[in-house]
Amino acid sequence: MSESTATLEARAPMEARLTQLSMQQALNRALDEVLSTDPKTLVFGEDCGQLGGVFRITDGLQTKHGDTRVFDTPLAESGILGMSVGLAMAGFHPIPEVQFDGFAYPAINQIVCQIARMNYRSRGTLPMPITLRVPSFGGIRAPEHHGESLEALFAHVPGLKVVSPSDPHDAYHLLKYAASRPDPVIFMEPKSRYWQKGDVDTADGGSLTGARVVRPGRHLTLVAWGAMVARCLQVAELAAEDGIDVEVLDLRWLKPIDAATLATSVGKTRRAVVVHEAPLTSGLGAEVAQLITQSCFDTLKAPVERVTGFDVPYPSGDLEDEYIPNIDRILLGIQRVLEYRRG
Amino acid sequence: MDSILPAVGTADTAPLGPGQLRELYSLMAAVRYLDTSAVAWQRQGIIPGYAPELGQEAAQVGSAYALDTARDFAFPTYREMGVARAMGVDMVAYMSTHKATWHGGMYNPPASRLAPIQAVVAGSVLHAVGWAHGQTLSGEQGVALSYFGDGASSQGDVHEAMNFAAVMKAPVVFFIQNNGWAISVPTERQVAGGSVAARAAGYDIPGIQVDGNDVVAVYEATRNAFAHCRQGNGPVVVEAMTYRRGPHSTADDPGRYRSLDNERIDAGVDPLERFRKRLLAEGEADEAFFAAAHDAARAEEEAIRIGIEALGPRPGNEMFDFVFQETTPVLENQATRWREESEHV
Repeated sequence: MSESTATLEARAPMEARLTQLSMQQALNRALDEVLSTDPKTLVFGEDCGQLGGVFRITDGLQTKHGDTRVFDTPLAESGILGMSVGLAMAGFHPIPEVQFDGFAYPAINQIVCQIARMNYRSRGTLPMPITLRVPSFGGIRAPEHHGESLEALFAHVPGLKVVSPSDPHDAYHLLKYAASRPDPVIFMEPKSRYWQKGDVDTADGGSLTGARVVRPGRHLTLVAWGAMVARCLQVAELAAEDGIDVEVLDLRWLKPIDAATLATSVGKTRRAVVVHEAPLTSGLGAEVAQLITQSCFDTLKAPVERVTGFDVPYPSGDLEDEYIPNIDRILLGIQRVLEYRRG
Repeated sequence: MDSILPAVGTADTAPLGPGQLRELYSLMAAVRYLDTSAVAWQRQGIIPGYAPELGQEAAQVGSAYALDTARDFAFPTYREMGVARAMGVDMVAYMSTHKATWHGGMYNPPASRLAPIQAVVAGSVLHAVGWAHGQTLSGEQGVALSYFGDGASSQGDVHEAMNFAAVMKAPVVFFIQNNGWAISVPTERQVAGGSVAARAAGYDIPGIQVDGNDVVAVYEATRNAFAHCRQGNGPVVVEAMTYRRGPHSTADDPGRYRSLDNERIDAGVDPLERFRKRLLAEGEADEAFFAAAHDAARAEEEAIRIGIEALGPRPGNEMFDFVFQETTPVLENQATRWREESEHV
């Protein structure tokens, strides 16, 4: 049998593997499959069992996989993450959930001092194959501590990897990929995108390790991740009406950042705007801008621009539309870059 | 000292045989020599720092002697040298953390059944609970032995750990060495509610206090706690009341917070001397045995010192090698840059 024939036979028909799912459904399906294929996988957290999680990401998993594989924990984030360390030491693959981004703060000690360091501390003898799911970012008019963007904090910690999907297809494949890795991954789910549907090719995830150009363009690169990717795609559509051809780069991995894809994109467009919800100062946009400067300094036509949240605590729902980069602010950022003239 | 809560377990309560009693003494002597020598090594510049445990030999050796290293796992903080020694851990590898060779020590945690040394003292208490729950999920009989002190018991993680363990009936023994001092702060300014063991009642966990200077009492309490766990009854709290006779670390000056008179009165009888007198009185050992035990301890200490002095610095690339199981391009680039910019090719 030739190799091409084997490949064809191994592939499911297109209609069987292409499906429309919301990100919530995609994540749920990914967890279901991971639980089915890896008997060492455990899914747990506050309300993850019978309720299926406050966002229903774990819906039905306890019924199907049993209450030893999928279980509720007491309400204590440090406890959930500290227990994950011990379970990993015992040979399990924990997929804990912190219910909301802001509740990762009480667990920071375990995340930073323990999960991130145990492999190092033990000279590689105690790996931490933990995938920490964190419903992240704002945009759902939630109470305080339910709309935080912690990526810079996590990405700054040696020993952690950080990823954020922007659509159902990536959510499905990146979660399965993260759960199969031997290192701790902080999996930041854009909660404002949970209910958006999209095509999911369950058979072919494509490359999952780097950034992804989600819309090619010639004049400028918008760099974003998580919920901001969809907004940047909207901006690109509007900009196109004015003849501005915007490339949108979904960074996906916030640590390690795919510097090569970033360099290729901005090397072509020669202009870049980074868009993130997190506060400006010491945000990940600064890291991205530096990587672009390092690789594209000679060809850049303007300094890298940032359109971000502000250096304020994440505000109440009534103010979050003022805080999160909106279409107008991103368009203005694009305008500043396009109109830049060397002094 | 009497238990303040009912004793637990229905373990085999056969008394220790003469050979075991003598082994306990030999272990305590080995720990005593290594501990006092490590302080001297710091003064001599052989190691940069050390956390002494003078006076805690009975608590550490007695509790660790109850472990079955074929199936159990111990979770230390940074003052558990006696536990490591009693478990048979490679002591040069253990002491290497004090030589500043590698955080966590150079021993192999999965193989030795001793988790890496660490300084965030309540952090490992939750790890013990997670590991113990893993035993339940796997249907195995291992018990986690979690070491922490009166100071660590103030941290929230200890309370979360006790609650989690009680809710999940995790087979974990919370072993508190209450040595009277959290650096400079005495227990009465550290532990509300009278004792750490008393807190166990709030979680419906059996909690016992034991004389931490009596190695046999400590062993029996821990053994009973292990039996309780193995029978599927969930966690136990054992609080060993002992005394840290020396400084918190080689950088500490206990004269600033307690007097020598206080130390003499509060410390009670030296656990090693006390056990020696008991063995003599009961005819379990004679002076020749003690002399041989001390000679062996001295020889062992000497061999460990030679091993410690022979430890060279680690190759710098290890700084990058152990961050992840799967390294990243960013880290590889940094390692390359480091090689280019240093002479450590």
